[in-house]
Amino acid sequence: MLMVSDNSYLESLLQGQPQLPRSPLAWFNQLRANAVDRAGMLKVPTTRDEEWRFTDISPLAKLSFQPVHTISSVQKEDVEHFYLKEASIRLVFVDGMYMPQLSTQSSESGADLIVTNLSGSLATHAKAIEPHLGRHAGFQDNLFAALNTAFLHDAALIIVPRNTVVRPPVHLLFIATQAESTSHPRCLLIAGAGSAVTLVEDYVTLQEGPYITNAVTEIAIGDNAQVHHTRLQRDSGQAFHVANCAVSLARSSHYRSVSVAFGARISRYDLNAVLASEGAECSVDGLALISGRQLADTHTSIDHATPDGISRQLHKCIIDGAAHGVFNGKIIVRPGAQRTDSSQSSRNLLLSGRARIDTKPQLEIFADDVKCAHGATVGQLDNEELFYLKSRGLSEVAARNLLTYAFGAEIIDRIPIDSLKHRLERTVLEQTRKN
Amino acid sequence: MIYPGSKVLLEVRDLRATVNGVEILKGIDLTVRSGEVHAIMGTNGSGKSTFAKVLAGHSAYRVTGGSVTFEGQNLFDLKPEERARAGVFLAFQYPIEIPGVANSHFLRLAYNTVQAQRGKDELDPLEFEDFVREKMKLLEMNPDFLDRGVNEGFSGGEKKRNEILQMALLEPRLAILDETDSGLDIDALRIVTHGVNKLASKDNAIILVTHYQRMLNYIVPDFVHVMQSGRIIKTGGKELALDLEEHGYDWVGVARHATAGA
Repeated sequence: MLMVSDNSYLESLLQGQPQLPRSPLAWFNQLRANAVDRAGMLKVPTTRDEEWRFTDISPLAKLSFQPVHTISSVQKEDVEHFYLKEASIRLVFVDGMYMPQLSTQSSESGADLIVTNLSGSLATHAKAIEPHLGRHAGFQDNLFAALNTAFLHDAALIIVPRNTVVRPPVHLLFIATQAESTSHPRCLLIAGAGSAVTLVEDYVTLQEGPYITNAVTEIAIGDNAQVHHTRLQRDSGQAFHVANCAVSLARSSHYRSVSVAFGARISRYDLNAVLASEGAECSVDGLALISGRQLADTHTSIDHATPDGISRQLHKCIIDGAAHGVFNGKIIVRPGAQRTDSSQSSRNLLLSGRARIDTKPQLEIFADDVKCAHGATVGQLDNEELFYLKSRGLSEVAARNLLTYAFGAEIIDRIPIDSLKHRLERTVLEQTRKN
Repeated sequence: MIYPGSKVLLEVRDLRATVNGVEILKGIDLTVRSGEVHAIMGTNGSGKSTFAKVLAGHSAYRVTGGSVTFEGQNLFDLKPEERARAGVFLAFQYPIEIPGVANSHFLRLAYNTVQAQRGKDELDPLEFEDFVREKMKLLEMNPDFLDRGVNEGFSGGEKKRNEILQMALLEPRLAILDETDSGLDIDALRIVTHGVNKLASKDNAIILVTHYQRMLNYIVPDFVHVMQSGRIIKTGGKELALDLEEHGYDWVGVARHATAGA
């Protein structure tokens, strides 16, 4: 029975695929064809799969939403409140389709910086793109990455030349406007040796209906390069958001990421960072703030493949109502990855008796000279802190909001863009005020 | 200071309270009038801190008998935040650290909440910054403390100054200072008590809860009450504190028993 529904679901999802135009590049067509094959072979994961134990996506399998092929009529006035004042470079995608009139491509900060959409520039930059596109986010065992790649047509493309420091953040804005549709957003960031860039990957909505976002982001960081990656998921409360992000770190490079999940009925974010060469360093932080019947699942894997790597991770969940948070943090230290220094902390705040968190550190250590610390806490608001605030005149609600906000602020403070930080801080206060 | 004919702020009658089912307060009587400074002294476990927390409304304590009237209204009808807005202030023995909440943000929220209750203007962050800096001078506090998390990483003395700063901002009718002298070195004690004296007026009253006579050299009480086993067993003037310092708490107990037996 399950097999039948699986197949029909995938078949219906893949229906839209043959409409995609063929590329003149053989390797690109081959990549997509492989992904179509793979997607046809993989099954929709169930809670019997270890990686999906706590996240039941069976409601998703009932929705055979198709990608949108009609250009959206969204105007600047509808979306400019999402813009970041610090970001002079911005790519906007509406329901998965690139919107040049809402975007500002590169670049004033360097003639060689490329920030554009993939379909318009694939031929020109094929040499730079080919070694990376679809090479980091594997789809052999990952249905959603396979589906995304099967539908690969357009994408956000950022190529930072070597030794180029891009000061203003690059804002990638993915806007959902049509209910009952599926989009497959895709990003590729190639940071050349010695370069530095700040990327904001931002998922927002203009409607509150159900839809599916299935995103894949690939980030290749060259020697000594630095990438700051802020990821915001503010999808509609009825949406399904599935995302895979794959990061490859070269020698002495730095990757810092802050991912924040507020939206979606069910969201699942997989982040895989590979410290592929010596002396690389990453910090991977996350915050999920959910309520009602939301489910937010974050799976991360930090793979210390080489010596002298450093990784830091702080993941927080604030869970209200009957919402459910999941965190699985895998740290791999490969044989020979000596002097690895890794720490991971999962901290969770449950605001109601029906809120639930499943948190699991997963350390796989195959080297002997390493430092790996990890810990997890689950708690409620502290009564003594609440009393202290109330004894100064704050209402119960105001006191709870302030403490909840403080818990989340530790992550939000790590976002390097002030206007975004302040906006999110307000969101947290407003979100908690509703409760 | 005692002002003849000043009105009663706080009236405590036969107050009894338990924590986890154990009776800690066993019948307290106390009358505090506007303008007065009362010291409540006693050994550890005498119930003096419990009394302070019961007045502020801590949920861990259950009132099992008696009454407390504050400015004519039943104090137990009010939630902790309503007591604070009505003018009851507790300076904590162990102020709570709240990382992630900027001290300035917290102070302004508290100030504006109480201002709103009194029908007065609230201050925006810039106005408040000027206002609070002025108040901080009274306690010789470094303005850097505004930007840090509430009490986060503050030394004992800094926490106590931050408590009295809150008293200065909220201008309570009744301030209960719970062991505000503990953990203070002599300079900090001088600064903190100087601040409290500046804030004392004929329109408010102060209850000092303390183990030692030391603080009373700086804040001179009109009444000294000695607590033991959940009751006030002796009341006197400021000289009672000196007697206690000289003879110890046992002396009061012995004296009381002697009186009772006579």
